[in-house]
Amino acid sequence: MPSLQRAVAPMTNAQNPITLFKLTTGGFALILLLILTLGTVIAVGTATTFERGLTPSDWAAIRFTLIQAITSATLSILIAVPTARALARRKFRGRQIMVSLLGAPFILPAIVAVLGIVSIWGRSGLISDGLKSIGAEPLNIYGFTGVVLAHVFFNLPLATRLILQGWLAIPSEHFRLCAQLGLSTSELNRQLERPMLRSTIPGAFLLIFLLCITSFAVALALGGGPKATTVELAIYQALRFDFDLSKAAILAMIQFYLCTVTALITLRFARPTDFALGLDHPPRRWDGTERHTRIFDATLLTAVAFFLFAPLISVILRGLPPLMSLPHQVWPALLNSLTIAIPAALIATTLATALAALITALPKRTATFVESIGFLALAASPFVIGTGLFILINPYFDPFKLALPITVAVNATMSLPFALRIILPALTRAQQNYGRLGASLGMTGFTLFRLAIWPRIKRSLGFATGLSAALSMGDLGVIALFAPPDFATLPLTMYRLMAAYKMDAAAGTALLLVATSLALFWAFDRGGRLDHHIR
Amino acid sequence: MTITFDNVTLSQGDFTLTADLSVEEGHKIALLGPSGGGKSTLLSALAGFKDPDAGRILWNSDDITDIAPAKRPVTLLFQDHNLFPHLTVAQNIGLGIRPNLRLSAPEHQIIEDALGRVGLKGQGPKRPSQLSGGQQQRVAIARALLRDKPILLLDEPFAALGPALKHEMLDLVAEIVDAAKATLIMVTHQPEDALWITDQTVLVADGMAHPPKDTVELLDNPPEVLRAYLGT
Repeated sequence: MPSLQRAVAPMTNAQNPITLFKLTTGGFALILLLILTLGTVIAVGTATTFERGLTPSDWAAIRFTLIQAITSATLSILIAVPTARALARRKFRGRQIMVSLLGAPFILPAIVAVLGIVSIWGRSGLISDGLKSIGAEPLNIYGFTGVVLAHVFFNLPLATRLILQGWLAIPSEHFRLCAQLGLSTSELNRQLERPMLRSTIPGAFLLIFLLCITSFAVALALGGGPKATTVELAIYQALRFDFDLSKAAILAMIQFYLCTVTALITLRFARPTDFALGLDHPPRRWDGTERHTRIFDATLLTAVAFFLFAPLISVILRGLPPLMSLPHQVWPALLNSLTIAIPAALIATTLATALAALITALPKRTATFVESIGFLALAASPFVIGTGLFILINPYFDPFKLALPITVAVNATMSLPFALRIILPALTRAQQNYGRLGASLGMTGFTLFRLAIWPRIKRSLGFATGLSAALSMGDLGVIALFAPPDFATLPLTMYRLMAAYKMDAAAGTALLLVATSLALFWAFDRGGRLDHHIR
Repeated sequence: MTITFDNVTLSQGDFTLTADLSVEEGHKIALLGPSGGGKSTLLSALAGFKDPDAGRILWNSDDITDIAPAKRPVTLLFQDHNLFPHLTVAQNIGLGIRPNLRLSAPEHQIIEDALGRVGLKGQGPKRPSQLSGGQQQRVAIARALLRDKPILLLDEPFAALGPALKHEMLDLVAEIVDAAKATLIMVTHQPEDALWITDQTVLVADGMAHPPKDTVELLDNPPEVLRAYLGT
């Protein structure tokens, strides 16, 4: 079973000893991570009294969470498979741009995407206008449909990229061989593509399922009500509106079990994902030349491109005019967001680096175990962490006054699994390739890091920091729980504007948010790529 | 001056290699045998990258089995990754003098001289990627020269080069080893490479490293395992 273990290379400890420094820093990172993920769960668990049992509305939340996640993941995969196949076997102008843009929703703030989807699919959106002009009923996307639509919008690109990686990992020689043997498109599909899909799809499906369970902003903006409340949203409502800590605690425990079980299954199926993998050079293909497959691919790619890019374009077009006259509360919110995103990103990268250094120095089995803990943080629900922190802090301080540090901590934890997945392979590679050379030259400790390791991993560090910063910048999660009325981040301000139906101001704020996120990502990523001269 | 493998056992997965032999100073020795036979493993053990499961490795009468790689009397040229791509050629060589790269002016001159001896005069400011494969390995040789260790180990660093260039590099290595009165141990699976510069050969096959024999005699009268490998 190809799984996460592959990232860690077997290495003798003569080349990469566990130093006291690695043990303390890596151990500290691990303990901090465990306190924030498991420690908060224990805090929640001890505060929970189960006498009350589960109410019908709790059951409804569980049911809705699972059904929307299964539907979203299934739809995403069903569309992603033919899309990835089309991208793998076609060469056309703009293919490169389309593949790159498939990475964009990953760092696109969820609330911005929701705004874009509403402006295309909403009651007064593009599609409804069309329907109304032919006398039909406009669409209603609030509830199940909207949540699934938004989740497919987010996860279809992710699924397509994951499956496309599988396609491009098939050696080009195999396609050459099939062409020489004269295999038809369907025969080639059976021989080469189906085995690849069988190994790729379960991991992709579970990852998307997990992301749909923990997603909050989408449920907050498009869900709600007795029929469309996810567990994550129910926790928020219990704390924010009902002030019912024990109800929130029960829901948080449910959410924890859901996520952990999914994450453990995912861990079994997940394949190592290289976020920086180049998807730009497809091997030459000879299959798929039949007329109907060409028409099918062209139609599909056009439809997918419309589905993914129309909402984004609509936000840009709608947001440009009000950009010059944004409401005054936007600017302090921007400052708050930066004050959260930059420290959260630096903390996530630092912790991930310390953890990665420890993992590469540990014996293989322990290393795999620690790496799995790092991955399981992906399953941590911000609201479970938030609820736990609330319970822990509440007796001593007013949690609402600590909105900023709590958000930094939660955001850093949420970005850490991604940062770890980017940094660990780079560090492993650096040590594999240059560890022996460094040891044979007597380079140790800081000298080894400064001259041999840092220059080899700084690109990945920059990329990880940029990604974490963008993720934190766009996050609308735990801040919604803790923010006092006079305090907001940019995504929260945007949400409040949308809730007040100030859609144009929201679109302007969305543009500002996206621009800042991209600028942060670009600045850190670029910083990591700067050529490095050692004096 | 002697290198001794005293009843050394090395294992890698299911594979085990035993070595109980001595190598005398001043010889040029080939480790010859099939791929996967354990030649590189033996070099790794001598250089300190692979801990033996049993036995000791001695340098004269000193036990060096547990000594850190940098403190051993050896320089090992790897098959690849001998140079840091982000450092200049001069800096890569400078690591052989000062691993923290805080180099003095006279030391810079020493580096320049070493570059001259391997035929790369004036190439110090370049990055390794601006050099050809053969030139890159010359840089590694220049650094080995400055480290001035009594034993030079080659783990097929010239495997990717064409025959003419490979022989040219082997000649350069021989010249440097002779001038320093050092000992050379090189991995090869080509008998002609062994004949080109070595005088003794250690046959590594069937899980065992045999004591060194005269290269010409060994190849003229190959024992059964070597015949099977050579196909003669």
